[in-house]
Amino acid sequence: MGLLDKQFAKESIVVTSLEDLLNWSRLSSLWQVGFGLACCAIEMMATSASHYDFDRFGVIPRNSPRQADIIIISGTVTLKMATRIKRIYEQMADPKYVISMGSCSNSGGPYWEHGYHVLKGVDRVIPVDVYVPGCPPRPEALLEGLLKLQEKIRNESLVKKTA
Amino acid sequence: MKNIQEIFDILKEKFGDSILELLTTLPVESFITIAPKKINEVCLFMRDNEELKFNSLMCLSGVDDANGKQVKDENGAVKIEGSTLSVYYHLESTEFRHKVTLKSSAPKENPEVESVALIWHHADWHEREAWDLVGIKFLNHPDLRRILMPYDWEAGHPLQKDYKNPEFYHGMKVPY
Amino acid sequence: MALKTEHMTLNMGPQHPSTHGVLRLEVELEGEIIKSVQPHIGYLHRCFEKHAEAMTYPQVIPYVDRMDYLAAMYNEFGYAVAVEKLLGIQVPERVEYIRVIMGEFQRIASHLVAVGTYGLDIGAFTPFLFCFRDRERIINLFEMTCGARMLYNYIWVGGLSHDLHPDFVRNAKEFVSYFKPKVKELNDLLSYNRIFIDRTANVGILPLETAINYGISGPNLRGSGFEWDIRKDDTYSVYNKFDFDIPVGKGLQGTVGDCWDRYYIRIQEMGESLKIIEQALEQLPEGDVTSAIPKRIKPPVGQVYSRVENPKGELGYFIISNGSPNPFRVKVKGPSFVHLGIMNELCKGHMIADVIAILGSIDIVLGEVDR
Ligand code: SF4
Repeated sequence: MGLLDKQFAKESIVVTSLEDLLNWSRLSSLWQVGFGLACCAIEMMATSASHYDFDRFGVIPRNSPRQADIIIISGTVTLKMATRIKRIYEQMADPKYVISMGSCSNSGGPYWEHGYHVLKGVDRVIPVDVYVPGCPPRPEALLEGLLKLQEKIRNESLVKKTA
Repeated sequence: MKNIQEIFDILKEKFGDSILELLTTLPVESFITIAPKKINEVCLFMRDNEELKFNSLMCLSGVDDANGKQVKDENGAVKIEGSTLSVYYHLESTEFRHKVTLKSSAPKENPEVESVALIWHHADWHEREAWDLVGIKFLNHPDLRRILMPYDWEAGHPLQKDYKNPEFYHGMKVPY
Repeated sequence: MALKTEHMTLNMGPQHPSTHGVLRLEVELEGEIIKSVQPHIGYLHRCFEKHAEAMTYPQVIPYVDRMDYLAAMYNEFGYAVAVEKLLGIQVPERVEYIRVIMGEFQRIASHLVAVGTYGLDIGAFTPFLFCFRDRERIINLFEMTCGARMLYNYIWVGGLSHDLHPDFVRNAKEFVSYFKPKVKELNDLLSYNRIFIDRTANVGILPLETAINYGISGPNLRGSGFEWDIRKDDTYSVYNKFDFDIPVGKGLQGTVGDCWDRYYIRIQEMGESLKIIEQALEQLPEGDVTSAIPKRIKPPVGQVYSRVENPKGELGYFIISNGSPNPFRVKVKGPSFVHLGIMNELCKGHMIADVIAILGSIDIVLGEVDR
């Protein structure tokens, strides 16, 4: 229980709204599809390795999309790959979130003009929650993107429709 | 160790008319031009000959020479007609440490070059790539399919100089 | 009684944790035994060669970085060497030394990733963390030099984008003395680990003749017991001024040319790179690193095939110039592309689990396979 750990002398009760509880548990265990595409994937690996330690935010790579909540599109999406990415996204269980990492998956990046085989932005095939700019984004930038996503989840509501 | 002139002489003596010319005037690299339908025999000879022993193919590249004349078709799109497609072979002998470059050209309308994939297995994928991107047909290649582009890509060979990219592929918009 | 069996076709990837990126392997199995492996590539085809034709010579360099993104410095190095040959220019001594230092650091970084992820594939998680910890230090050195962590655009045609940071030499020396004992640590952790040896020794044996016929180069070729290194055998830059050895596979744990040999070459090469870096740091001459950069790069009509020893093998650039500021054609012979072509040959007759061991041992990076 993270912050509440050992804060009470005896067993006690915490009163909160269901919404907050759900959101809180969702945002603190965002399991990720272990999936890398291109150069950005190396920075993603560096983020999850010892120095930056993705695990502390509850991001643990899972190898099957069925067990994951979040997919980080880390790199160039080509036309050949796009249909597969769509398939992986469809295999994930709801609620699911997408972080688009790097200029390539945001908008085609350096390949926007002459890339005859590059999809100019992964948002042409799947919806994206957070865009992280950079080529490649530094690990800090990716962490910031994750925090933004957590913020978004924190404000989700069971009754109100959120964008 | 042999220089390119000596190699040319050996080949000329053996194959006569199939060895077209030796070009040494360009800076940095000289090459020997060989008839496209004979390239496999020449390469096999070069690999197995005791004096040459080119046991390693360093690189195989397909090139669109774009040396024809430009014409506009009715839609205003520029086409290049009457040009040639070429294949460059960079060979090396790890034993004698000599290197040589071969070139073989075929007209773009009917770009047929004999395959060397059974002589050096290395050539297999490079030839598939040259077919995929430049559109050179390699005769007697064991498995000539597209390699980098999707198997169902219909818009032609992207590294040809007059290539036009399609607007859509499987419902996805391609241009920016 | 003979059982009736059927072949089964198994699809691995493009999203698979052990394929090192987006690679699809179509494996045909008879029970657990592999009959054939068909790699399907192109899932990361980023049209490098088309871009190169549309850019001027210096503008190509960032795209070159993005091919083998684990060894970006070395890609630039190779490209710069090729264009300089085409132009016929000499670069100052200091530039050459800095290039070599950067290149060798990059080799260590690339091998660290190779070794770390190889351990990960085989089931050892800890070496991955160790390797990335050390790689992070090299990345810091690069970052100090040019501001980028992975894709540098540092080595330019005719020079470098700018000189070294004043603290660089001190920090680099520190790293060398820090990293030397780490090689032994890696050996203790992984190389002589019983499980690791059992998974890799005598698996995926690559005979020398086959290797040469398939165009294999770099650590994979040396793993088969052939002493061949372009840094020595077709030397470029200032590599002839340094004293270093070329490790070759000896079959210490099994047969010459097995996965363990290929892996161990990389471990040894890190030590050799340290040697080169040490010597280069000692001899580093003074000078201006930007003076030889040409104002306009317009090579004469002609062509060149130039190759360098990239961490993964022989990286060749075939450049044709038609006298304009844009290259007419740039063809890259990427070692990963070539090495992947031998998968079928290596895997035949092995067990399905060995595919991972073999794929990891040839160390490919998909950005370079597909370009
Ligand atoms: S954004 Fe840059 S670093 Fe990331 S995949 Fe694209 S080219 Fe590579």
